[in-house]
Amino acid sequence: MSSNPDDFELGSHVGEDHVSGRPPSEVEHPTLRSELRGYLIGLGLAALLTAASFWSLDEHVIYGPGIVMALIVFGLAQVGVHLVFFLHLTTSPDNTNNALALAFGVLIVSLIFFGSIWVMYHLNGNMIPASALAEMRPE
Amino acid sequence: MNAPSAALRAGRDPYHIGHVPATGEPEYTGHGAGGPAPKRIVVGYGFWIFILSDVILFSAFFATYTVLIHARNGGPGPRELFDLRNTAQETACLLLSSFACGMTSLAVARRSLLWTEVTLALTGLLGLTFLVLEIHEFLGLVARGAGPTHSAFLTAFFSLVGCHGAHVSAGLLWLGTMMAQFPAKGFKESIRHRYLCFSLFWHALDIIWIGIFTVVYLIGFLTP
Repeated sequence: MSSNPDDFELGSHVGEDHVSGRPPSEVEHPTLRSELRGYLIGLGLAALLTAASFWSLDEHVIYGPGIVMALIVFGLAQVGVHLVFFLHLTTSPDNTNNALALAFGVLIVSLIFFGSIWVMYHLNGNMIPASALAEMRPE
Repeated sequence: MNAPSAALRAGRDPYHIGHVPATGEPEYTGHGAGGPAPKRIVVGYGFWIFILSDVILFSAFFATYTVLIHARNGGPGPRELFDLRNTAQETACLLLSSFACGMTSLAVARRSLLWTEVTLALTGLLGLTFLVLEIHEFLGLVARGAGPTHSAFLTAFFSLVGCHGAHVSAGLLWLGTMMAQFPAKGFKESIRHRYLCFSLFWHALDIIWIGIFTVVYLIGFLTP
């Protein structure tokens, strides 16, 4: 890959706008081969992680109680693979805003998802059992 | 701060605000000081914000499903209902569709109308296969009396997976319009930016599906 920051924008390289003051001839195009290789690596890793997820359901492959954690790890790893190889989210300067927005999105998603599970688990723990509720009912 | 103010007094522009050097790379690309970012960066960023808001919407559905997974109203649970072979086929379709969409991006960058149309058609066909598999699964569940009205668990399941399916349907419509726009309008800047947004949307839907097959199907299958 060349070091031209235009190669690393979010999403795919769908053709450049010409920044004023920069002659078009200076814009290097990434080669088809290098870009194709990126997508193929992404596809291979994603397929591998998907296969690992489905195979890990077989209790003989992974220690039983650890399967859920393994599935979460495989899932998060695959999200990472998709972000890097398909969405081209990288650490280049042009991607700073995208990465920061993603970080904020991850924060909100975590608050909603884990917050809900946490709150509802404790609510269920504090509920009066149905049998006790029946005894409290006036005759 | 002495040096910049001295530079300002001298009538220069120490931070290169609104200024791109006539030759060579702008020095501060991405940090706001090299002039406005190219439009495709701004377009991509704006659409990325929309996608993140969509992901937040999905996170609420994921939380609902996880909280309600035991609320079955005496009915069947994930282990009795889900056919993981079907889920694996759906996953393969969507992953290959996402890859085909990447191939379209390569074709669009090279202004190849033939390859753009071929890979877009492939993306759409794989997406359509996914949708058919999903609708088939839904109809099968409803036929077995496990429709969305049976229990809170099933309502949460149909809402989450159905919401993703609705997004895929909308994406397929968008894909169809892109297939018409490239031949009709050519590889204009505005059309390429439109396609950039579509590719972000399509790849993001595959990321949501990773969450669905992991949390809903696989972890659901392990939940007694």
